[in-house]
Amino acid sequence: MTRQETAPPRPGRGTEPLIFELSSPGRIAYSLPALDVPDRPVDSLLPPSALRTRPPELPEVSEVDVVRHFTRLSQIQHGVDIGFYPLGSCTMKYNPKVNEDAAALPGFAGVHPYFPEEVVQGALELLYHMEKYLCEIGGVSRVSLQPAAGAHGELTGLLMFRAYHEDRGEHRTKVLIPDSAHGTNPASAVVCGYETVEVPSDSRGGVDLDALRRLMAPDVAGLMLTNPNTLGLFDENMHAIAEIVHEAGGLLYYDGANANAIMGVARPGDTGFDVVHFNLHKTFSTPHGGGGPGSGPVGATRELEPYLPVPLVDFDGRRYRLVYDRPKSIGRVKSFYGNFLVVVKAYAYIRSMGPDGLRQVSEDAVLAANYLMRKLAEHFHLPYDRHCKHEFVVSGVWQKERHGVRTLDMAKRLLDYGFHAPTVYFPLIVPECFMVEPTETESRETLDAFARVMAHIAEEARQQPDLVKAAPHTTPVKRLDEALAARKPNVRWQPET
Amino acid sequence: MSVKHRYLPNTDADRRKMLEALGLRSVQELFADVPERVRFKGTMDLPPALSELELVRHVGELAARNATVDGYVCFLGAGAYDHFIPSVVRHITGRAEFYTAYTPYQPEVSQAVLQSIYEYQTLICELTGMEVANASMYDGATAAAEAAIISSYALPGRRKVVFSSALHPEYRETLRTYARGPKLHLLEVPAEGGVTPVDRLREAVDDSTACVIAQQPNFFGCIEDMAALGEAAHAVGAHFVACVDPISLGVLKPPGEYGADLTVGEGQGLGVPLGFGGPYLGFFAATGKLTRRMPGRIAGVTVDAEGKRGFVLTLQTREQHIRREKATSNICSNEALCALAATVYLCTMGKQGIREVAEQCLKKAAYAAQQLEAAGFPRTFAAPFFKEFAVRSAVPVERVNAALLEDRIIGGAPLGRWYPELADSLLIAVTEKRTRQEIDRLVARMGELR
Amino acid sequence: MNGFPSGYRYTKSHEWIAVEGKTGKVGLTGYAQDQLGDITFVELPQVGRQLKQGEVFGVVESVKAASDCYAPVGGRVTAVNGRLETEPDLINRDPHGEGWIFQLEITNAAELDSLMDVETYTRYVAEQGEKG
Repeated sequence: MTRQETAPPRPGRGTEPLIFELSSPGRIAYSLPALDVPDRPVDSLLPPSALRTRPPELPEVSEVDVVRHFTRLSQIQHGVDIGFYPLGSCTMKYNPKVNEDAAALPGFAGVHPYFPEEVVQGALELLYHMEKYLCEIGGVSRVSLQPAAGAHGELTGLLMFRAYHEDRGEHRTKVLIPDSAHGTNPASAVVCGYETVEVPSDSRGGVDLDALRRLMAPDVAGLMLTNPNTLGLFDENMHAIAEIVHEAGGLLYYDGANANAIMGVARPGDTGFDVVHFNLHKTFSTPHGGGGPGSGPVGATRELEPYLPVPLVDFDGRRYRLVYDRPKSIGRVKSFYGNFLVVVKAYAYIRSMGPDGLRQVSEDAVLAANYLMRKLAEHFHLPYDRHCKHEFVVSGVWQKERHGVRTLDMAKRLLDYGFHAPTVYFPLIVPECFMVEPTETESRETLDAFARVMAHIAEEARQQPDLVKAAPHTTPVKRLDEALAARKPNVRWQPET
Repeated sequence: MSVKHRYLPNTDADRRKMLEALGLRSVQELFADVPERVRFKGTMDLPPALSELELVRHVGELAARNATVDGYVCFLGAGAYDHFIPSVVRHITGRAEFYTAYTPYQPEVSQAVLQSIYEYQTLICELTGMEVANASMYDGATAAAEAAIISSYALPGRRKVVFSSALHPEYRETLRTYARGPKLHLLEVPAEGGVTPVDRLREAVDDSTACVIAQQPNFFGCIEDMAALGEAAHAVGAHFVACVDPISLGVLKPPGEYGADLTVGEGQGLGVPLGFGGPYLGFFAATGKLTRRMPGRIAGVTVDAEGKRGFVLTLQTREQHIRREKATSNICSNEALCALAATVYLCTMGKQGIREVAEQCLKKAAYAAQQLEAAGFPRTFAAPFFKEFAVRSAVPVERVNAALLEDRIIGGAPLGRWYPELADSLLIAVTEKRTRQEIDRLVARMGELR
Repeated sequence: MNGFPSGYRYTKSHEWIAVEGKTGKVGLTGYAQDQLGDITFVELPQVGRQLKQGEVFGVVESVKAASDCYAPVGGRVTAVNGRLETEPDLINRDPHGEGWIFQLEITNAAELDSLMDVETYTRYVAEQGEKG
């Protein structure tokens, strides 16, 4: 907690003090109009026992302090607008500026969710059409825009599974999940009250069909699948998988994390999925915001549609309206109608791309991934040597075995060259892996530059392993001690006493 | 035939070179593993691509068909509030370094996101009087639901969750949905006189109760006796979950001082636009002993290889990506950009501003209630209130709101929508943004209808 | 990795127990701590708690993993190693000594027979290494 008085950190180059450390008693950054109603003592309006006796220790800073603090902080942050961000399964594509403008329009940003329907027809029309577009892209019958994130969509979808089976008087207790799945899949299943059963992958990286047949028992509610999966591979046996699951009375859940690979190529609803979620913050270009807000709409086939959350938006030919009267619905999964302003951005994206543009997105994303995969395979182990979709996995096992340099070290070294690292150590079934998703918005030159740097790092691992192991060297802070943070948790600032 | 588009940098020449490098003739060969029978044929039925100019016109036209809090005078609250947002908030959250970043998986190049989360956690702790806060949840409703679930896990064998009908109706609905997985048993105590009856609540709790959830101010805007409700929860060994309006904490007692084990709430009022209901943020804070039970992300302090202070995501073993099927929550994100808005808002308002904004809400709401009473709209409940209150109307509430709308005033929320017995009542919110003139206009217009 | 103490008994889930009369001292093996990495937190059992053989008695957390720990034999918990609350990395530094987790009064000594001796455990660990 030492703020060095003699040599303050250079703005944007090192660390930035905490806003609390900039506080000076009496300083303000706000202004409000003078009170224009009769002033009455607070304790005459509220019971004294309900009142605060000590003010919260919020910072006392000027507006200039606030602006400089957060601006300087922003200068030590990587983002898509700064450079390549090839995080696998996160689809860090370019976030179009005009979409931000759209969401900031007062006619969207300044609308209260309980305004009377007759004065929010523009907002409802947007939601109505967005649902139609996602139905078309996903090959599903209806879509709820309410879930706030992918994981929230999973929770919604699995509660729909539960409601569907219960409606049929069936008590199914398990959900099958491939061993390559995102960690959220098992967590979502468990919070929905299911036990999880892991399905192994076969040697081609797809679902092991024999294992699936064996595991698909009458007590299994369904299978959660990401397709293409986290290895970036499309499951060639999709049709057989759907048959096996459906024949045993189970349902199929589509985790849309990797939908950027298949727009206009294959629609989850057509390939046998019953419930589908989309990640508007991945496939449909809305910014990730440093971890959120996202949006995770959930679509369903005609059979599962009655269970979608309420409300949905209907159109009677004259007026758009919110519909709550859906007796089989699982209810609501959050307040209001979802992350509306995120939906606005994704809507603007779909309207900008059009049907041919979206298909081109998937083709370009897949081409970029294959191109980069072949380049990286010259220096790294490629565990599944077949065409990938929008992402792929390579492993640093050679570097670890031969030079004692781990994938984590090479990931940190990438930061020195101005690239964000790919996802590392995931999926769990490939040791020392990098999971790389370049997206369609990166030029061939960027892909080449990244490949050159990866080759160079592989060379460094051979020639100067210690240099790589000590990386990063040029970032605002050096490698951070995560064990210390967890052993002695300091999760809020306290004034020095 | 490939598409030329402003978001797609690779030209046909680039695509050709990339295909050549792969030894392929067509990109279709890369999709050979998509079986013929599941392949989508034809063109998706979507409207054709718009140029940027056409898009701007189109969304502008849609937006123009909505009423806004700029064009109308808004007395609507009920969980989302028209508070003033200082310009600084939009400028900081509009910085692409923040909004085009993702979860800080590589902390060495993500210090802005991490440090601002740490500052956010500190601000929430200060405001609520709790010892630890996470990096935020989806919204107030889901934060309340997750608090109930965490309580049930922390107190094994206890599955009953008790609250009153004065808890926001949409929070209760969300709780009902979330309760299905962990099989929580929900018990709703009817509110009396606009507040949670402490005696009834005491009768409702027992040794199978995981938590009591109480909202302050509650959905009707009324002040609850939180200390007594908390005592009732603790008397049976249950957790007490306080669901609070963060703006009210400028004047109201922080939950940490009346024994809340968990404090949650809707953070929208802290610099986040109304946005037709989202995105907002749910804040989630706890006592120190529940730290390792918290859902979601938490940022913490550490040092780098040279001993310099830095920030990382910490205590990650609580989280879904490590716990997988042992996780107690599946959340794997936070509403980071909304939390950043709340952080900038709270830093801008500061120690003095948060009190002033709360006092103005309180005093303007008191003035409005008094004037409405004089105009023949008495308060539905006698309990003290903060910035929101219910009034009875002898005239049908639909007629009241229709008349106000003609005058470009958005009236209060008709309570009959959620409470049939309160069909004659409107829930009116008055924030610091409302002027005396606007309040007088509301009162005059409503008075004319009598 | 150094060898495992010869007098201890071992479980397949990598706990050890050192028996003295009716009392057993329980910890995690050097192999287990090596797999977990830097240990950051240990959830200790309550003194007085009655454990069955194979029951989860607590959780050990490292930066990237959380691992349930299982009672090698049944018994009543008589003491816990409070030092682990502030120095969880004792398990990394001295897994078979200072890094012990708890002591219990063994209910049924016959359960010890189901555990491995040092030779068997050493072979078991070697096989694990090949698989991993």
